Amino acid sequence: MPEPFKLILKNLDEPGYTPDIGCYQRQGGYEALKRALAMPARDLPDGKKLSPQEALREDVKASGLRGRGGAGFSAGLKWSFVDRRSGKPIYLICNADESEPGTFKDRQILHKDPHQLIEGMIISCWANDVKLAYIYIRGEMPHAAKLLNQALKEARAAGFLGKNILGTGYDLEIHVHRGAGAYICGEETGLIESLEGKRAYPRIKPPYFPAVLGLYMCPTIVNNVETLCHVKHIVLMGPTEYAKLGTPNNTGTRIVSLSGDVQKPGYYEIQVGRVTLGELIFDPNLGGGLKPGRSLKAIIPGGSSSKVLKAGEVFKLNRKGADGQMTKVDVPMLDLPYDFDSLQQAGTMSGSSAVIVLDDSRSMVQTLGNLSEFYAHESCGQCTPCREGALWLSKATHRLSHGEGRKADADYLTHIAQNIQGRTICAFGEAASWPVLSFVKKFRDEFEAQGAADEAAQAKSPGTSSHKSSDSRSAAGSLQTH
Amino acid sequence: MSAPAAPSTPPAPAPAPAAPPVETMTVTVNGKTLQVPKTMPDWQGKPAPTTMLQAAKIAGVDIPHYCYHDKLPVAGNCRMCLVEFGTPMVGPDRKPVLNEDGTPKIAKSVLPYEPGTPRGAIACATPISPGMEIYANSKATEQMRESVLESLLINHPLDCPICDQAGECKLQEYSVQHGKAGSQFVEAKVHKPKAVDLGPRIVLDDERCILCTRCIRFTRDIAGDDALGIVNRGSYNTISAFEPGKFDNNYTLNTVDLCPVGALTSKDFRFKMRVWFLKETKSLCTSCGTGCNITIGSREGVIHRYEPRENDAVNGPWMCDSGRLNYRWVGRADRLKQVLRTAADGTRQPVSWNTAIESAALILTHSPQGSVAFVVSGRQTNEELFLLKKLATHTGAMTDAVARDGEPDRLLVSEDRNPNSNGVRLTGMAFTEFGFNLTKIADGIAQGRIKTLVVFGEDVTRVGIGSELLAKLDALIVSDILPNATTAAATLLLPGAAHAEKRGTFVNVKGRLQKFHKAVEAPGEARAEWEFLHELVHSLTGHNGYRTIEGLFNQMAAEVPAFAGLEWAKVGDTGVTVQI
Repeated sequence: MPEPFKLILKNLDEPGYTPDIGCYQRQGGYEALKRALAMPARDLPDGKKLSPQEALREDVKASGLRGRGGAGFSAGLKWSFVDRRSGKPIYLICNADESEPGTFKDRQILHKDPHQLIEGMIISCWANDVKLAYIYIRGEMPHAAKLLNQALKEARAAGFLGKNILGTGYDLEIHVHRGAGAYICGEETGLIESLEGKRAYPRIKPPYFPAVLGLYMCPTIVNNVETLCHVKHIVLMGPTEYAKLGTPNNTGTRIVSLSGDVQKPGYYEIQVGRVTLGELIFDPNLGGGLKPGRSLKAIIPGGSSSKVLKAGEVFKLNRKGADGQMTKVDVPMLDLPYDFDSLQQAGTMSGSSAVIVLDDSRSMVQTLGNLSEFYAHESCGQCTPCREGALWLSKATHRLSHGEGRKADADYLTHIAQNIQGRTICAFGEAASWPVLSFVKKFRDEFEAQGAADEAAQAKSPGTSSHKSSDSRSAAGSLQTH
Repeated sequence: MSAPAAPSTPPAPAPAPAAPPVETMTVTVNGKTLQVPKTMPDWQGKPAPTTMLQAAKIAGVDIPHYCYHDKLPVAGNCRMCLVEFGTPMVGPDRKPVLNEDGTPKIAKSVLPYEPGTPRGAIACATPISPGMEIYANSKATEQMRESVLESLLINHPLDCPICDQAGECKLQEYSVQHGKAGSQFVEAKVHKPKAVDLGPRIVLDDERCILCTRCIRFTRDIAGDDALGIVNRGSYNTISAFEPGKFDNNYTLNTVDLCPVGALTSKDFRFKMRVWFLKETKSLCTSCGTGCNITIGSREGVIHRYEPRENDAVNGPWMCDSGRLNYRWVGRADRLKQVLRTAADGTRQPVSWNTAIESAALILTHSPQGSVAFVVSGRQTNEELFLLKKLATHTGAMTDAVARDGEPDRLLVSEDRNPNSNGVRLTGMAFTEFGFNLTKIADGIAQGRIKTLVVFGEDVTRVGIGSELLAKLDALIVSDILPNATTAAATLLLPGAAHAEKRGTFVNVKGRLQKFHKAVEAPGEARAEWEFLHELVHSLTGHNGYRTIEGLFNQMAAEVPAFAGLEWAKVGDTGVTVQI
């Protein structure tokens, strides 16, 4: 039976634990920073010498840490892309714009243990020669922003931040920047634009890769809150020990935000890949099972933009046998290890590690309508396919879930979504289209049945359809007021 | 203009050091393999990695686009230029993977999460790489274009019949080429503001807008006025002026040209004329010494608009609003239309051109050397000034021109508001500083030494030669376009033609000699000055010269040192640089 494994969440829910620096330090806080700043240069077997900073960067690479924001990209590799020869300052930004529906993990850290983030950030900044860093925090978390500012003040007073940190001569300043309430500000280049005071339009890549042309056209690292916290633990544990957590290529722990139709929704830290989706839902220490009398219908496994998994699906996964040979193994959906690679092989993603559970009481048509309305509302509107397509999808799903569907709508929705994914400036195009593509593909019968029923009702009492003439009843109507 | 590249063709004085060989790269566009430069000029003219769009253009393939403009920062938002592409495969040993025939194996771009589906890249911003293959007309590329067009059209009002842009609209053109006739859209359209008064010269229809942001980028990055932006979000995005109605810099009308659809319209031009009825004539703006290249849009003798014509050596693709709207005078009702002569009894009589030329020739022939003075205008053409100079030389006349100065700006507007001051100088009709001789001419008239004054295109009463002095003259030969105090006093009035009514050349403030062509007929009896000046020179000197502008220009080139070696036929649409 899997136990939750507490690394990041070790202290923050303990009785009496407070977000101030005194409490943090009583639990060993800022020891990792001291250890990092005292790291010696490292001699490599091939005769090369690594500076302490380079050594720490290598450690992060060796730890296998993958970004906890959504893409799951190797943090160490991301750091290695930074242009260190440009002569420009290097910036580090903590992406605390946690907005993916279903995701509520970073906010726990921000509200309850801000110093853990700050310590991880200072270490990461030091490792990357960063002198100025920002925490871009979601506008809807005003209290966390206050706590962070207070924590930064405390860290500064304690000599962990500011000029000549701990007497090492290293200077670092961190500023908190509050967003103004747009999901797209979580996209790293949109975030950078927003931080520069502009409309949060994601940048085109190429040429604007943050590692080269980021904030103010300088090399920039953007890391998620949880990712930066892990850096502290990599320093404390050492990369080898850290990499023993989780599974190969999916190391460490993750905080899973579990929501929907389970007995115990909440956030649970697990070792990556050591817990299955089924265990997440049914384990008494985790989700605690479905609600009485209900059966599982679907799981959205990695935030609302990830492709839905249908109860009963079986996936072919690559597994390394005892002989080291890769073989394809049938894995039922509930036995999928909750990690980056398994979910990817199952055609979806662990994304922001937000697991949304849907039981048989849910209408997939209604659920998709809800998701599509969100993406229509949050599309920044910069590029054509997403700007026009996201609202189109929303209007269509709204129509379908409000008695004006057509049998043809399943194909109609697929057509619209296929013309968005892969054709947009940022990954929002995928985020808006994947739910549609996966819902319609896996629950096609439900969509067609809804369309057929609506058409039959229309045939009985013709002339009641209003979707073609009225804008006010469409999803658009409710959006237009914003 | 931020550092326009100048593909000028001055006669090379000395063999320049050989340019370093251009580094090239092999790419394949639609199956055609070619070498293209590794770097090409970006919007500011700085070398930047060559893009797929630029490489395709070299291969003769135009990739459709809305937001991309070669003189604006790249935005990459319209997605119309998405193209399927492939790159040479590299094995685990970092060596190229080869086909059986030894050619490199190409990996086509696919969606990383859906390897069966082609992935496009925006040609406007994606640099080429060695061996890249660009499939600009593949099925997948066509499907991407079709889908982008569909997206652009679902919320578009489709009001082409009443849209000013119809006929020169990229949405229409690409719909014809890449779109589908039918629409499967069954939802309600998004409605946005109509007929928004953006500024004194611009009206915006937000429903027609495709949000390519060309107008925003031009206004911010070229005009230096961060006046436009986007408000709202997603499909409700709306172009808006920072202060409604205050989008009023002197370059706003360029956004109308840049707008690929009918969203931004010119108050001056909207609803006036269907563009396909307009005759387009290559001409020049005459409002200042910059000499912006323009296209005159006219129909049946009436000018309806000026538009900038691209010339990187002069104005790039832009022009200022004040110059663009300065065309109404050409069609003014009070244009001088009659040849008039003051009879012995003091009354003014209409006379024929023959009589007028004969009379002018008589006056000048019988004027003693030094008793004639010429005041000419920096608005006359080189050819006219060249002929006037012949008259002045023949009569030993003192000559001058009238300076016309104003506030310059940082982009195009020149301090010199004459279009051809350099022509005046190069033909020898005035010194570097205009007005040097005007006082002497005034004194000469006052003292009775100067008895005949020839004025072309200026009102000398405004520059110190007042009506009382004009009254002392025996003869006042005047040619102009519009009436003024000098034309009113003329003893011989020769109605001239506006630049739009004739052909000729100007030399701009930077020494760019440029030609312009005739768009409309001059009113009444008005004639191109060079035509009647040619006759007058013939009558006076016996030199027959040329009766065509081509011949006249070539004759001038043979005689005026600055124009040596030039030929009318060899001066292209964007002009040549001459030594000033």
